[in-house]
Amino acid sequence: MAIIRDIMPAFELYQPATVDDTLRLLDQHGKDAWVMAGGLDTFDWLKDRIKRPKVVIDLSQVTELRGVREVNGGLEIGAMTTLTEVVRHPVVREKFNILSTGAEAAASPQIRNQGTIGGNVSQDARCWYYRGGWKCYRAGGNICFADTPTAINREHAILHADRCVAVNPSDSAPALIALDAQMVIRNSKGERAVNAEDYFVGPSIDITRMTVLKPGDLLTAIRIPATWAGAQFYFEKVRDRQVWDFPLMNVASAMVVTGGNIERIRIVINAAAARPLRLTAVEDAVRGQPRNTATGEMAGKLAVAGAEPLRYNGYKIPLMRNLVKRSISGVEEAKWA
Amino acid sequence: MGVVQFATSPWGQTVPVHIAFYLIWVAAIGGLAFLICHAIYVQFIARKDAHVESVSPGLAAKIPEKVPRHSLAARLFHWIMAVAMFALLITAFLPKVGVQFPWVTYHWIAGLVLTASILFHIIHASFWMDFWSIWPDKIDIEDGKRRWLRATGKAAPAPRKFAKYPMENKMYHLIIVLAGLAVTLTGVFMLKRVRTPFFTRNPYLFSDMTWGLMYVLHGLAGVGLIALIMVHVYFALRPEKFVITKSMVYGTLPREYYLEHHDPERWAATK
Repeated sequence: MAIIRDIMPAFELYQPATVDDTLRLLDQHGKDAWVMAGGLDTFDWLKDRIKRPKVVIDLSQVTELRGVREVNGGLEIGAMTTLTEVVRHPVVREKFNILSTGAEAAASPQIRNQGTIGGNVSQDARCWYYRGGWKCYRAGGNICFADTPTAINREHAILHADRCVAVNPSDSAPALIALDAQMVIRNSKGERAVNAEDYFVGPSIDITRMTVLKPGDLLTAIRIPATWAGAQFYFEKVRDRQVWDFPLMNVASAMVVTGGNIERIRIVINAAAARPLRLTAVEDAVRGQPRNTATGEMAGKLAVAGAEPLRYNGYKIPLMRNLVKRSISGVEEAKWA
Repeated sequence: MGVVQFATSPWGQTVPVHIAFYLIWVAAIGGLAFLICHAIYVQFIARKDAHVESVSPGLAAKIPEKVPRHSLAARLFHWIMAVAMFALLITAFLPKVGVQFPWVTYHWIAGLVLTASILFHIIHASFWMDFWSIWPDKIDIEDGKRRWLRATGKAAPAPRKFAKYPMENKMYHLIIVLAGLAVTLTGVFMLKRVRTPFFTRNPYLFSDMTWGLMYVLHGLAGVGLIALIMVHVYFALRPEKFVITKSMVYGTLPREYYLEHHDPERWAATK
């Protein structure tokens, strides 16, 4: 019998109005609770009846999780701030435009109006075997259907695969890592801040999670320090459909250039692995080098060292090489232009 | 709350995928309970061993001060296997109880070391050691019955002294052979499911059902080894057994200990 989709299974819905109430509910329901931000990831899971939480905690009424505040020359962005609000915020556009570019690239205007920055960074993998409900490693099984001799794996990982080859689909995540952001996490025991690059978890550490969030944890805010305000930024996303789509790959870099040489740099690539990858070896190699094509080419080659393509995603290696190159040397104008 | 977790395969079959991981705690608590019960039994209930005296003064005079028990090769095998086994247990189960780290590579490397050491041991024991000395024989079974009857307060003749290995040693070896072979044989096939320099990955080598059963067997033997290793370490550290543990380091047993616990007729150790 065919599965009739689009009708969600029953669950208990809570709509707390404060963070404290939310934490109390999370504590009360533990693993049974599903936290919903904008709902764009959640409703796919629920309508397809693949995830069947007993309790859904909808954060839409928690106003203290919304808004962008200036703090010590940096920003604190509430986790429930919509992508549209992030994109349009004047300080984000002026000082941290890599984030507005990344958030804008994430989706269509309608989705950006509903989707939140917290949801965008915390969303689950988009591997269709996993999303299709197959009991793969990520779903608690003992196989990766995307890493078999006959698998269709054009969008999957070329780096750091460990049994699971799904990738992280976020566009704002690499921008936040490039900006050295911190993720503020609260639970009933207190608050902790985690560096954005440590917020994401690869399958070698935990194959069933994309982030460090555990039952009871709530991402409340994202703090962006002033360190990289006004730096030279580069963000580029490559996708199948320009109107809106998940990234085949994206790159974000923040750079301070003095006298034509790269003084400081952070460079991050996403959709190459199960978590956004900060390319520290590339950063070390290009620091002090002139910002030009030769440095970009060297960086690109270094970035793909160790990449292991699957059957259908070999194109991701030159794609990554070129994205890294362009993120450092900029986009060259075509010779014929 | 089943012992095995199941999933639906792409062909609609219900197949096992692995054990339920609460069994880790069952094994750990079971092992701990055994240790506590045994310690209480030895401390407060057990009577001193009585053996049939079988050593003539003439024969006893021929026993050297240090009786060779384990060759260097046997000792090396034991300690390499021990390190591999601990590495396997740590890498397999710590991530399941919340201590997260990239465990897979360490796990299969330790698994290969264990497999190689077991292969060495099988060959070494078959051709260079007294192969049958570790397997329970008729006398062990008779003496086991006698010891059980005496421990439960019934009349029975005193058991004889041990051959090279006490009966409980032999039984432990038998169980660890079964568990060890189960984890290594399934583990070698499971290498086909992860990225290693040795094979091209092929998760379709077996059917989903066969793979599932293999994962379950690997898991059951693995959690069983938690309890078995706990028991082994406990006995190795018990004061009255410590002399045996030292023999696994230095290779010899003291003459007095040998004469007290072993039967030279069953395990010859003359000068």
